[in-house]
Amino acid sequence: MNQAGETPALLIIGIGNPSRGDDALGPLLIERLEALQLPDVELLTDFQLQVEYVLDLRGRREVVFVDASLDAPAPFTFAPVVALEDASYSSHELSPGAVLHVYHKLFGEPPPAFVLALRGEAFELGEGLSEAASAHLEAALDFIAQRFSDTCP
Amino acid sequence: MNLETAAHPEGLRRVAIDPISRVEGHGKVTLLLDEEDHIQQARLHIVEFRGFEKFIQGRPYWEVPVMVQRLCGICPVSHHLAASKALDQIVGAHQLTPTAEKLRRLMHYGQILQSHALHFFHLSSPDLLFGFDSEVAKRNIVGVAAAYPEVARQGVLLRKYGQEVIRHTAGKRIHGTGSVPGGVNKNLALAERDALLKDIYQIIGWSLEAVHMARALFEQNLEQYNAFGRFRTHTLSLIRADGAMDLYHGGLRARAAGNNGDGKTIFDHVDYNHYWEHILEEVKPWSYMKFPFLRALGPEAGWYRVGPLTRVTQCDFIPTPLAERERQAFLAFDGGRVTGATLAYHWARMIEMLHAAEAIKELLHDADLQGDELVVAEKDRGERQDRGIGMIEAPRGTLIHHYRVDENDQVIRANLIVATTHNNQAMNEAVRQVARQYLDGRKLTEGLLNHIEVAIRAFDPCLSCATHALGKMPLQVALLDAEGQEIDRMLRGACSAGVPARSGPWL
Repeated sequence: MNQAGETPALLIIGIGNPSRGDDALGPLLIERLEALQLPDVELLTDFQLQVEYVLDLRGRREVVFVDASLDAPAPFTFAPVVALEDASYSSHELSPGAVLHVYHKLFGEPPPAFVLALRGEAFELGEGLSEAASAHLEAALDFIAQRFSDTCP
Repeated sequence: MNLETAAHPEGLRRVAIDPISRVEGHGKVTLLLDEEDHIQQARLHIVEFRGFEKFIQGRPYWEVPVMVQRLCGICPVSHHLAASKALDQIVGAHQLTPTAEKLRRLMHYGQILQSHALHFFHLSSPDLLFGFDSEVAKRNIVGVAAAYPEVARQGVLLRKYGQEVIRHTAGKRIHGTGSVPGGVNKNLALAERDALLKDIYQIIGWSLEAVHMARALFEQNLEQYNAFGRFRTHTLSLIRADGAMDLYHGGLRARAAGNNGDGKTIFDHVDYNHYWEHILEEVKPWSYMKFPFLRALGPEAGWYRVGPLTRVTQCDFIPTPLAERERQAFLAFDGGRVTGATLAYHWARMIEMLHAAEAIKELLHDADLQGDELVVAEKDRGERQDRGIGMIEAPRGTLIHHYRVDENDQVIRANLIVATTHNNQAMNEAVRQVARQYLDGRKLTEGLLNHIEVAIRAFDPCLSCATHALGKMPLQVALLDAEGQEIDRMLRGACSAGVPARSGPWL
């Protein structure tokens, strides 16, 4: 909720384990964004997406999922994501598209959503962020801060 | 034939279900079949994570309750609380303040509620509602949302409520810091209490409906559910001093394998600070995960089962009225046969969810939650210790945390025994029973292989280490011939890998 008691228009969810090397990219980006105090934006982090996140999507103008990726080209990709019935339904961990699909089944058309996929290299327990991932984090932070400063009134 | 090890494995055909879907973490089942498709060997393998000691060693002990949450994205609160209980001993806090203990209990029951709701509604209801070999494309939460939208909606909202309890008690939605060595670092503000009270009666109502739904599913498929993956086993859980179910604290109770829940008591009200006098672990060459057993009975006969089915059947009573009424109905159902049925885990799990909802309601009405004595005062503490052991009944079963610290307050040893490890042999037995009952002598199909997974899923195994980066995990079911050549493959759901469960020989 914002100061007026309304649901912030923008939701950014950082996904990842802070203690697993570059898997921390999502939570770290959220941590850095918290310091910027962007208006009308709610920031959340979690290890992984689960079905209850459909409730967090309600009333949003836009949603961004931030995650580390082994597949994304460096430093990051930013792309729209649509409701998708993929194999992640059968696990403890849903993909962003699967969350949107459950939303669609329960509540109708989901808000526009994007995935910010930051390139990661190493994911061992207890490891810190790799040098390359640190650079990707800075690039993504610049991008998303710019995007939201353009979006927010 | 016990099916653990084939007498003549050479020349047998190998089928691998790798990884198993809808369980947390990475597990694999291998089957060895002869030329006539008779099962000669069935094994559940767990790809076990072995980095925990390295991860935690050298850290100051007060960081541990927060750090251990990063081992698991599914039950971080259980690790948070088990670690806190162990570290209470390190700091000499043997009796928490009422506010601290009740806050921790509230957090724990929130965790039980959200975890059980996720498992029943999201992970298991597709099998139970549509059938074990129903159309695979429909056998998931989206299929449930389409066919049973109210069931899916209640599942989501129950899960969300449990998460809200955690958020208010742990201070954050994840990576909470609410529990600290010797107590907690916040109480429950009146506004937080009122926010939770607003919905608790609805949550209790839905939980009761969920118990009835689990019972109805059992009744509709009585013979199949009673026989499916059934085996005799000893049981182990924590128990309150008066015999009540207590998921936060108690002594250890073990009962022998009996008929219809009438097994004799092996030990009772044992202080878990000396658990190794009663529980040992065996290593088998074909599995990374150890096999715990009751020391008095030895490795061959002493394996046991933990978790909701054990807790509901071997407690003397549940100390909340609706859950106790449902427990009595559960025990009386079908002459008590249900108490030994693997698929009765689901019914028992819903009884526990109802108990958790009732316990949350009772705690929310307790003014101690707004108290100011958050940690045990220095004057009330005993001597600092270099060893701490915490035990809790996590959603999936008994969880043990065991630490040693040095004079510089650094952790020098850490050991976890998680519920999935306790259930290792029991899950293997369930797999073998289902292999005998459904797969032996038949051509394998996805639906038949899913029967194996249904049996494993009943235990709700959790092997998570909470990594998940996009594209990280290869997800497949591979069918191999006798030479190990792949002849078929299909994709499975995403999952995490690894398991924080390994114990060392030290005490």
